[in-house]
Amino acid sequence: MTWESVIGIEVHIELSTSSKMFCGCAVEFGAEPNTNICPVCLGLPGALPVPNRKAIEWIMAIGLALNCEVSERSVFHRKNYFYADLPKGYQISQFDIPVCHDGYLDVTVDGETRRIEIERAHMEEDTGKSTHVGDGGRIHAAESTLLDFNRSGVPLVEVVSRPDIRSAAEARAYAQDLRAVVAELGASDVRLEEGSVRFDANVSIRPEGAEGLGTKVEVKNMNSFRSLERAVEYEIERQISVVEAGGELTQETRHWDEEAGVTHSMRIKEGSSDYRYFTEPDLAPMVMSASWVDEVRVGLPELPAERKARYSNEGLDSDLAGVLSSSPVEVRDIFEAATAAGADHRRAANWLVGEVTAWLRRTETDPAKLPLGGEQLAELVEIVDEGVVSSSAAKVVLEGVLQGEGSPREVAEARDLVQISDMSAIEEIVAKVLADNPEAVDSYAAGEEKVVGFLVGQVMTASRGKADPKLVSELLRKKLSS
Amino acid sequence: MTLHELTIAEAGERLRAREVSSSDLLEAALDRASRTEAQLHAYLTIDREGAREAARKADADLADGIDHGPLHGVPVALKDNMCTRGVETTASSQILAGYIPPYDATVTRKLKEAGAVIVGKTNLDEFAMGSSTENSAYGTSYNPWDIGRVPGGSSGGSAAAVAIGSAFAALGSDTGGSIRQPASLTGVVGMKPTYGTVSRYGLIAFASSLDQIGPLSRSVQDAALMLEAIWGHDPLDATSYSGSYPNPSAALDDGVSGLKVGVVKELAGEGYEPAVETAVSAMVDKLSDAGAAVVEVSLPTFDIALSAYYLIAPAEASANLARFDGVRYGHRGEGATTEKLMARTRAEGFGPEVTRRVLLGTYALSAGYYDAFYGQAQKVRSAIQEDFSRAYGSVDVLVSPTSPTVAFEAGARVDDPLAMYLSDICTIPSNLAGHPAISIPIGLDEQILPIGFQVMAPALGETVMFQVAATVESLAGFTERPVLEELAS
Repeated sequence: MTWESVIGIEVHIELSTSSKMFCGCAVEFGAEPNTNICPVCLGLPGALPVPNRKAIEWIMAIGLALNCEVSERSVFHRKNYFYADLPKGYQISQFDIPVCHDGYLDVTVDGETRRIEIERAHMEEDTGKSTHVGDGGRIHAAESTLLDFNRSGVPLVEVVSRPDIRSAAEARAYAQDLRAVVAELGASDVRLEEGSVRFDANVSIRPEGAEGLGTKVEVKNMNSFRSLERAVEYEIERQISVVEAGGELTQETRHWDEEAGVTHSMRIKEGSSDYRYFTEPDLAPMVMSASWVDEVRVGLPELPAERKARYSNEGLDSDLAGVLSSSPVEVRDIFEAATAAGADHRRAANWLVGEVTAWLRRTETDPAKLPLGGEQLAELVEIVDEGVVSSSAAKVVLEGVLQGEGSPREVAEARDLVQISDMSAIEEIVAKVLADNPEAVDSYAAGEEKVVGFLVGQVMTASRGKADPKLVSELLRKKLSS
Repeated sequence: MTLHELTIAEAGERLRAREVSSSDLLEAALDRASRTEAQLHAYLTIDREGAREAARKADADLADGIDHGPLHGVPVALKDNMCTRGVETTASSQILAGYIPPYDATVTRKLKEAGAVIVGKTNLDEFAMGSSTENSAYGTSYNPWDIGRVPGGSSGGSAAAVAIGSAFAALGSDTGGSIRQPASLTGVVGMKPTYGTVSRYGLIAFASSLDQIGPLSRSVQDAALMLEAIWGHDPLDATSYSGSYPNPSAALDDGVSGLKVGVVKELAGEGYEPAVETAVSAMVDKLSDAGAAVVEVSLPTFDIALSAYYLIAPAEASANLARFDGVRYGHRGEGATTEKLMARTRAEGFGPEVTRRVLLGTYALSAGYYDAFYGQAQKVRSAIQEDFSRAYGSVDVLVSPTSPTVAFEAGARVDDPLAMYLSDICTIPSNLAGHPAISIPIGLDEQILPIGFQVMAPALGETVMFQVAATVESLAGFTERPVLEELAS
């Protein structure tokens, strides 16, 4: 039987607001444990939450960027459960009326674009962080647990896709594109390794062409795109082999073990927990007026998908547009400035995704410190066009520019890379080369045209690479034929 | 009249005339406490040192010409579910034994800023759950009119302290009648403001959508002065009202001529003591004689208010009390795992009534029961609000007894939760609607026990409510004080 995999992804995004969701404590990664805390985020008796307006604007922006509708009115709920790092014994979250709902993200894998629908994006607060000490950090055998409440109350946006994803590669592409959108907005640090973006995948299988949904398994603990893809891939294979061996799948939560490359059952019956959601009485319903939504919409930056389309319209082929679109903003800014200064779009883009990106990688330079201006790139394109330097010499010129030696023209001069365009000077060298190579001249006369290449090489050597090879070739043919 | 019997207004006059100092007022209250606490147990904590320092400061300020207003230098008490920085705050629960808050509740801060002197923290039913102050983990409070009887609850300690004079006024919290019912049973004024007008920041939550802090005092005017000091928009409470506020002191002398007073038909009859009904009817007649147009008004949903309340309040409480898990503060039980530690902490730390309500609330919110219980109760709540709106379309205020009975004997209802819950039958509707209501003492029954009269008003209707309350007070002419066999200090 052929199986179809059905995958939905939940993404948790920690917003990079300056203060927490419901109190004034700083949001800061890596601070000393329990230093950014107050009565509210510690759940002290009598403390009350007050919502962070900026966080609400960020979730609206994320929702709008993911083509969601923003609810006119949205309600916070209490999600009740006991856990040591959950200070109030409930998490303030959302239940039936999230801030954003019904959006989508178009994802391309191997040239095929599919629309992944987004069910909702809701606002909630993060929990504190437990560190289990002893016996390898596993909770059941730990000797003690340390609690850090710095993370408690950090604003979290949860984006829930519909089960529209059909492969592990698509799951990865969805996650990557979603992260790119959030990064573009500047709503989060989007650092996977620090947990500021976290993914859970709901995976099930069904016979190809079937309508219903199979038994759903939630897979957790993937901390890179690669591990998300591997975990989903593994889980699909596992489910197929269980079912094909005549076994039955159980609805459960499984933990991805990165080292072993397998998922383990967490042996916690999460499906059976009853969170007893009810409206948070400490918070009034949020009202997102049309004018507020418009304000946020107007402030949205150009998103990766829009940008790629624009680059394509400007003459870049799809691959080049895609690569440049996902390049660092500093690199893209140079592109915009260079083309504004008149540079050809395709050539400017090629320089940036090719030589410039390679240089950044080789020298491990932060793109923010890239010592190249749009005017300089435009000038580089121009001097190649004008034949002032050869294409190969231009790479050397770029190197010089990046090393701070000056503008492209200055570097070309200083490094003596300017092509000889003075006809009489070239004629002189050509005459000398022809005089020095009578055998070659004879061979040409005997019909061996390819000898021209050898002679061009001789001229280039004699000019130390500065003669324009095209001119040299033309001149040689003229002389030899006369 | 001795110092401890003065109203805030009277004490203020003498303070500003330099006839007494704040320290004198405080010593009078402290002396009164030391003579009566053994019988009443109104206080859980008396902060003699802190209060004396505050009184000295108030006197020094006044000498320097700095006057913080009507409460300047006046000794007041706080119910022990309001956080006081550096002073133990337990909500009368074992689970918070020894808990010292690192911050002041907004009302605490406002009282301090108004120059008030905080005498101490008063006893209550654990987490404000109860109507007799018998559910305190630290012992029952008793009624100064008869120490064999309860002072009502849950703000029974505050009520007893104000009645006996160990504080000039006090704050209580009112979730279903916890200010008004004890005020009624101890012969003082007790008032619950419009929901959202007094910040709940720093009030240990019982039921967040119903809880409201308010004053207990020896006069209607004092209640207005206290209210004006503690209310106002607070950015730390997201449910705080930010519009313009009424003016409780404005119309105290205006009488009731031309006002329409509705007598609630449903708050009478079976279960109401004859002495209470007689006194309330007599007051209604006096209001009519004073020029009010009196009509009987029916609010049929009041009959199901109690049932709705006992689903909504426990449901919210079950979540509000989840934070008491022994992990970060308060009592911690022994347990080999986190789950066992939490379970043991809560089993040891909560008393029987709190446990009953947490279980009831957890059940009411559970999957499969939510719609039948919590969901249904919310619908009743909306229906009560509509009933009130209809009534206020034709009357300015509604009146009723505050409590169906006078103070009952200690122990009489502890084994019968339903009988205890009925104590709040007259007060609960205003909480469900978020409206203000006030209890004014209007007389004594033949056992020499006080009877309270309740005036209810629509949201933000405090101005007219105080106007009627002040008239009731003057028509009643109630000046009796409890006589307690004092112990030598």
